[in-house]
Amino acid sequence: MTLLKVEEIETYIEQYHILQGISFEVLKGEITVLFGRNGAGKTTTLRSVMGLSPISKGQITFRGENIGSLPTYEIARRGIGYVPEDQGIFKDLTVEENMRISILKRDESALEKLEWILNLFPDLKTLWHRKSGLLSGGQKQMLALARAYVGDNELLLVDEPSKGLAPIMVEKVMQAIEQMKEKTTVVLVEQNFFMASTIGDRFYIVDEGRIVHHGLMQELKEDEDARKKYLGIA
Amino acid sequence: MNLDVIVNLLVNGLATGMLIFLLASGLSLIFGLMDVLNFSHGGLFAWGAYMGVWVYVSTGSFLLAVVGAVLGGVAIGFILERWIIRPIYGNHLQQILVTLGVMLVLSELLKVFWGPNPLNAAVPPYLDGSWQLGGIILIKYRLFIIIVGILLLVGIQLLLTRTKLGLVVRAGVLNKEMVQALGYNIKRIFSIVFMLGAGMAALGGVLLAPYSGVIFSEMGMQFAILAFIVVVIGGMGSVQGSAVASVLVGLSGAFMAYYVPDLSLAVNMLLMVLVLLIKPSGLYGLKR
Repeated sequence: MTLLKVEEIETYIEQYHILQGISFEVLKGEITVLFGRNGAGKTTTLRSVMGLSPISKGQITFRGENIGSLPTYEIARRGIGYVPEDQGIFKDLTVEENMRISILKRDESALEKLEWILNLFPDLKTLWHRKSGLLSGGQKQMLALARAYVGDNELLLVDEPSKGLAPIMVEKVMQAIEQMKEKTTVVLVEQNFFMASTIGDRFYIVDEGRIVHHGLMQELKEDEDARKKYLGIA
Repeated sequence: MNLDVIVNLLVNGLATGMLIFLLASGLSLIFGLMDVLNFSHGGLFAWGAYMGVWVYVSTGSFLLAVVGAVLGGVAIGFILERWIIRPIYGNHLQQILVTLGVMLVLSELLKVFWGPNPLNAAVPPYLDGSWQLGGIILIKYRLFIIIVGILLLVGIQLLLTRTKLGLVVRAGVLNKEMVQALGYNIKRIFSIVFMLGAGMAALGGVLLAPYSGVIFSEMGMQFAILAFIVVVIGGMGSVQGSAVASVLVGLSGAFMAYYVPDLSLAVNMLLMVLVLLIKPSGLYGLKR
């Protein structure tokens, strides 16, 4: 079942034509990875889906509803969570406050999700009353993922969670995202092919604001020529 | 150095500080959250004073005067935010020009409604007079202002730290985009904060009127400058910082005016320069 469908979207940032007709589909329960070099348009793609960088053309459909023209807060309320590249943590708020603000409706389901994610990231429990600005890079990433997850979201857009993290931490974060897949659908922007390919189901390669290649992750793993051509790795 | 002089100066300084706090805390939140340089804030303060005096003269009730002034301030704040400030979000140059213009319009409108001459404002009888403790004279109305200021500070702190709205406002000061991405309508939050700030400015105005005994249409600008100094000293977006800086400015003003009158006008600027040199983000400047 298609959860998110992005069709021929174009986005400008100031006078720059960043996205020039991006299309992709996200199936429910899968991890879809967007690959591409720096400046290819991956982050702008996620921001456009969230309404933070409004599209000028094209259509974005989430659960069958056109969300392309909705304001960001309405898109978030439809069930899309966002973890930006800089994690978007509120540094002067505690871990508890960062989590509390993401729960719009405090019902049994929200509390169950909170319990589940705190079991996945037990560090957050011990740091519950600490200001999040004092957390390490890895802990901040865990908090950002946990915050997006508990917000009653059916789809998470996660932008480069491995950026700036130590290899051991990257592995932990990737494992956590894989476990979160049991409960939610994920669109992952990542440059670390080796890590992302271990958890991704499908991939899209973005270059100069367009999708230049896509398919199943297994196909890309087996296709050395495509990896060399599009990602510059053997 | 007499104890009674020191106590009187403390009370005067604290009372003035609390009045500045009422103006500055709203200004600080509006700047911190909405990134709006609102020079019209002093106009709301003056309108609060005029509306309060008008209601008090008309009804004889100081409580009604306070309520009327605050509601009037909130209403003007709503109109300003919705139709004048909202179209210029994100453009500081336009904000300075437009809000300065609004400040002038608000001042001139006061003359249209209440005439060009200053108005006298009386202290309500039950808050008039003083208590004498040995050589120390405590003026009732000044103590009243200090108590109201402290209660409001506690109230705002509770609002910011114990409620969901406060949590969203504090988060919004740090990262507006992320607050929207979590499902909150930031424009609505902006409106609420602007109206809250406007109401507090009006409250400051209505409380100042009996304190100074006379009000005039340009009084807003005079206090707005002090409030801006306080916001810079305390740190943009921090209510706690505004409170501490207001008390500092109030006390230093009172003591300097008594002991070194020649320096009393310069002391606020000196304080601001000192804080900017040591901590450019202000005493309680938030990390963004």
